[in-house]
Amino acid sequence: MPEHTITTKNAAREQAVRIVKRKELNTWKAVLLRAAAFVLALAAGGIFILMMGSNPLEAYAIIVKGAFVGSVRNPLSSIQATVIIAVPLLIVSLGLAFAFKMKFWNIGAEGQMIAGAIFASYFALRHSGMPHVLLLLTMFAAGAAGGGLWGLIPALFKVRFGTNETLFTLMLNYIALYFIKYLESGPWQGTKGFASIAQFDLNARLPNIGGVHAGWIVALMLVVLTYLYLNHSKHGYEISVVGESQATARYAGMNVRRIILRTMFISGAVCGIAGMIQVSGIDYTLSMGITGGVGFKGITVAWLAQLNPFVIAGITGIFSILEKGSGVLQSELGINAAMTGVLEGIILFFFLGCEFFIRYSFVFRKRRAKSS
Amino acid sequence: MTNVINFIVAAVLSGTPLLFATTGEILTQRSGNLNLGVEGMMWLGAFAGFYTAYKTENPVLAVLAAFGLAAFGALIYAFLTVTMKANQNVTGLTLTTFGIGLSLVMGYAMIDSAGGAPKVSSELRASLAPADIPFLSDIPYVGKLLFQYNPLVYLGIAVAALSAVYLYRTRTGLNVRAVGENPSSADAAGINVTAAKYINILIGGGICGIGGAYMSLVTANGSWQPAGIVNGNGWIAVALVIFVSWNPAKAILGSFIFGAFNSLTNYIPASVVEIPKAFYQMLPFVLTTVVLIITSIRKSRENSQPAGCGINYFREER
Repeated sequence: MPEHTITTKNAAREQAVRIVKRKELNTWKAVLLRAAAFVLALAAGGIFILMMGSNPLEAYAIIVKGAFVGSVRNPLSSIQATVIIAVPLLIVSLGLAFAFKMKFWNIGAEGQMIAGAIFASYFALRHSGMPHVLLLLTMFAAGAAGGGLWGLIPALFKVRFGTNETLFTLMLNYIALYFIKYLESGPWQGTKGFASIAQFDLNARLPNIGGVHAGWIVALMLVVLTYLYLNHSKHGYEISVVGESQATARYAGMNVRRIILRTMFISGAVCGIAGMIQVSGIDYTLSMGITGGVGFKGITVAWLAQLNPFVIAGITGIFSILEKGSGVLQSELGINAAMTGVLEGIILFFFLGCEFFIRYSFVFRKRRAKSS
Repeated sequence: MTNVINFIVAAVLSGTPLLFATTGEILTQRSGNLNLGVEGMMWLGAFAGFYTAYKTENPVLAVLAAFGLAAFGALIYAFLTVTMKANQNVTGLTLTTFGIGLSLVMGYAMIDSAGGAPKVSSELRASLAPADIPFLSDIPYVGKLLFQYNPLVYLGIAVAALSAVYLYRTRTGLNVRAVGENPSSADAAGINVTAAKYINILIGGGICGIGGAYMSLVTANGSWQPAGIVNGNGWIAVALVIFVSWNPAKAILGSFIFGAFNSLTNYIPASVVEIPKAFYQMLPFVLTTVVLIITSIRKSRENSQPAGCGINYFREER
C-alpha cells in the first residue's frame, strides 16, 4: 500500500508523528530488527531470572549447555534429547504453514495430531503382526489420513456454510483429546482397572537412526517438501492466491472450494504424521499427553517464521534448546522447568512487537524524515 | 429431591470460575479482539489471588490482586494487538504459554520457601465458605439452592449481570459493540476505537483472573497444587463464549450448565445409563461445535462472533 498523503480533513490537526505501512523492508534490516528483538527479550528474561535470585548469564549458559553437552558416557545424549523435542514441533509447524498461507486459521493442530495418532495406534494395537516395514508404512499412511480427515471437517463447513474455522478447529482439539480418554478406559484399555492403553509391540516402533527415532529424517524431508510445494508448485501458487483474495482466485478461474479442502487435508495430514511419529517413536503407546502442547506452540512458530519452512526449522531449534535446557535449571539453580514457558513467552512477545517496526514506519511532520 | 439440589449446587460451584472467565472473554471479544490467552490469565489470577491470600489473609485484596495481575497479562496482549497490530491468535496463545509458565515458576518458588505445599489460613478459607444468611439460608430447599453459596458465586453473577447491562443498556456498551462489529465505522462516528479496545481487554482479562483465583482458593480449597489449578477451564470458557452467543446474561445459565457436565457423572448412576466419563467431559465442546455450526447455517449475525473479531484495525488502511 502506498504512503498516504495527508487528507484535507485532517490537515489542520495533523499529528506530529504518523504511522504508515511500509513497502518491503530490505531483508538485512528486517533480520537486524529481529536480532535486536531477540537480544532485548533475553535481557527482559534476564531481569526476571535476576528477580528470582539467580544470575541470568549463568542461567542462559546452563540452558545452552543443558541442550548440547551430554553425559560422559554418552556425549550426544543431550543433543539427541533436544532433537526428540524438536521433531514433532517442526512437523506440526510445517503442517500449519499450509493452512496459514491460505489465511485459514487452523488452531486445530493438537486435534489433528491426536487423530493421526489414534489412526496409527489402531494398526499398532490390532494389526501388529504385519511385516515390520509394511506395518510402519501403514501406520504412517493411517496417521496422515486421520489428521487429514480431522482437518477436513472444519474446512467442509467453512466452504459450505462459512463456519468460523478458528473456533471450530479449536473445539475439535478437545473432542479428539477426550476421545483418547474414552479409548483409555474403554475399548483399548490395556490392563483391567488402569485407564491406559497397552504398550506397542516392538514391531510397531520406529527404528532408531543415529540414536534418535527415524522421525527426524521424516521431519527434515518435510522441510524440503513443504518448501517445494508452497513455493514451486501450481498448488502452492493457488494457495497463496486464495490467501490473498478469494475473489481474485475465483476470477482467475480457480476452484476455491477444492483448493481450501485439499490444502486443509494436507495441513491436517502433516500434523497427523507428527502424531504417528510421537506414538511410534517416543511414547510407544497412546495417552492424553501425546501432543505436549506442540499443536499450539507450532502456531506461534509457523507465524514467527512467516511460513518459511527453513526459518521454521531454525525457530523450532531455538525453542527446543530452550525447552531441553530449562529442564536442567531445576537441578543447577533450583528454578522450575516451567521457566521455559516464561522465556518462550517473553521472546515471542518481543518478536511480535518487532514485526510492527518491520511492517510500519513512522512519518514525522515537516518532512524532516519522510521515511527512515 | 436432596440429590437434585445437591447436583444443582455442585453445578453452580464448578460453573462459577467459568462464569468469570466467560464474562471476561465476552467483554474482550465484543470489542473486536479474540484473546486466546484466557487460560494463561486464569493462571495468573490463580497465582496472584492465592499468593495475596496466603500473605495478607485478606480475601478482598486477593481478588483485587488476581484481577490486577491478569489485567497486566491482558495489557501485554492489548499493547501488542491494538497498538502494535500483532496477530491476535498468536499473541493470545503466547499469553497462555507465558501466564502458565510465570504462575508455575512463581508457584514452585513459593513452595520452596514455604517448605511444602502452602495453604491459606483457616480464617481466610472461612471467609470464602458457604454463606450463612440469617433466615434466608435456613429456608428448606430454597435456602440451600439460592442462599448458601460462597461470596464469589454471587460476585460472579453480579459481574456477569453488570456486564450485560453495560453492553446492552449503556451508550458506552453500544459503542464497544460497534467497535467490535465494524471499527472503521465506529471510528468515523467519533468513537475512540483504541480506548474502547484497551478498556475492554483489560477489564475482561482482570475478570478472567478472578475466575482463576476462584480455582486456587475455592476449588482447590486454598492449597497450592501446581499440577492442576486451572486445568483447561480457560479453554472451556472460550467454548462457552460461543455457546452463549457473546451475551453475558446468557453466560450465567450457560456456565452452570457447563458446570453441571463436570458433576453429572457423580449423579447419574451407571445402572441407569452407562456413559463413559470421557463423553461427559467432551460434551461441552461437542455442544459448542453444534451451536457454532447452527449459527453459521442460519447466518445469524446476532448470535455469531463480532465481525471485527480477529482483525486488527489500522486507520490508514482502507
